[in-house]
Amino acid sequence: MENWKDTVEIITQEGQIAVPYTWWVGDTGSRFLMALRDEKKILANRCSECGKVYVPPRKNCGQCFVDIDDWTEVGPEGTVETFTIVHFNYPVQPVKAPFAYVLVKLDGADVSLLHLVRDDIEKLGKGSRVVARFSENRTGSILDIDSFQVIEGK
Amino acid sequence: MSRPVGIVGTGQTDHKSHRPDVNGREMIREAVTRALEDAELSIKDIDAIVIGNMDHFESINYVDTWSVEGSGGVMKPIMKITTGGTTGATVALAAYYHVASGLFDRVLAIGWEKNSESDTTAAIITCSDPIWDRFSYSGAIPSLATEATAYMKQYGATQEDAALIAVRDRNNALNNPHAHLQRPITVDDVMNSPMLAYPIKLLDVCPRTDGACAVVFAADGVAQKLTKQPAWVKAGSVRHTFTWFGDSTDYDRGLVSLQRASAEAYKHAGITKPAEEIDVAELYLPYTYAGLKWIEDLGFCGKGEGAKFVREGNTDMNGKIPVNPSGGVISTNCIGATALLRVAEAAIQVMGKGGDRQVDGAKTALATGFGGCFWSDVVILGAQKP
Repeated sequence: MENWKDTVEIITQEGQIAVPYTWWVGDTGSRFLMALRDEKKILANRCSECGKVYVPPRKNCGQCFVDIDDWTEVGPEGTVETFTIVHFNYPVQPVKAPFAYVLVKLDGADVSLLHLVRDDIEKLGKGSRVVARFSENRTGSILDIDSFQVIEGK
Repeated sequence: MSRPVGIVGTGQTDHKSHRPDVNGREMIREAVTRALEDAELSIKDIDAIVIGNMDHFESINYVDTWSVEGSGGVMKPIMKITTGGTTGATVALAAYYHVASGLFDRVLAIGWEKNSESDTTAAIITCSDPIWDRFSYSGAIPSLATEATAYMKQYGATQEDAALIAVRDRNNALNNPHAHLQRPITVDDVMNSPMLAYPIKLLDVCPRTDGACAVVFAADGVAQKLTKQPAWVKAGSVRHTFTWFGDSTDYDRGLVSLQRASAEAYKHAGITKPAEEIDVAELYLPYTYAGLKWIEDLGFCGKGEGAKFVREGNTDMNGKIPVNPSGGVISTNCIGATALLRVAEAAIQVMGKGGDRQVDGAKTALATGFGGCFWSDVVILGAQKP
């Protein structure tokens, strides 16, 4: 049977989407990032209806659909709810492997914060106690927390 | 058979060039909250949600899931619909289908955009074929400019004729507290604005806006209990024509998708003389020349008569068929919300809630959506249940 590739060259065209983005963090998120950057504090807020403490803070409770403006401070220590250790490198990862992605329930919060553990990853376990280590150069981003340090591992 | 469906509430943000105080989902919630207030409902009363915006504009791929905190969609049926510029009208029609099917009684339609978060042209050109058509021609301006030059050549319309559309819509916007651009302009202002791609000048085209819109659709039997005057959906029609830009160069035929969509909608709504039987039109006119040409495709006037029809004041607030009392797309363009704003503004007119922009006694209103490679959505609303 005749193969089309015998007579036609396979042509492809390279491309990439190059769309620059600038996302407005908004007043609620910006207040959180300012506290990280300027005071090394982790702010959260509490829904007046269900009492859930959110970190990062939310402008409204998704469950109760009411505005939230009851601010509180959480952490800097917390408990690892779950984690995975990353062994491969990929450009969009924030740091070089090996490192761990962790979901940390900060003391005082009801939801977990997604973050990183870089050091002592072999000591990580569910229930490990960790503490936020702040970056030297803070710019107003979630990575103003450099990573979490294991203070009580498995 | 489908059942009658009415719009019972609308909500929209106060549209701005950029909204640094809120992120996307927080902005969505403003419109949702206002729509629920208008319908005197709580989020618990909503059975399902349809949401839409432009792909790549905010780099959020799963808007339906990402937005639930703002849309109120936590643990509810929610889906995303995106059809380019027509997105908002398609979202409205999908919400209408949800209710008309009998499966849901109260459905929320949401359209939104944060144009300030990206480069509109860089994002919008991803609508077109990457190998053959993805030059910046597929951005907002050049393809419309070629349509305009063809129209001018065919019928002798002038740049001054087109400028009248911007003047009309921008001055109407002064009556709409939600409108983005709220500065009156003159024909001279339009003529003296910078040329972008002939014959389109800066003031001939829509702005980029941050904003959101939400509309509540309710079933026959439910709608009447929520409001004295629902805006009943009398017809909805969608027509997509070309995907290759080169296939649509027969501009002399007009905007075929709008001709076909409106013809079908008129048939369903029992309309034979649109300019006489429709009381107000909220048209998706992304640039001024559309305000001359596309009203011909809608049958408001004959071929080549658009400029004369507009010049004689027929589309002014006190004219035969007022067009864009809200100020239209030329004044506010949060793209994924833009066509839903047309539907919402048409509903506002039928419900008699237009305030300073109300057309007296409006009973039948037309809304359109326009997008991508010259395709069209048409929605007709009426005060009487069909």
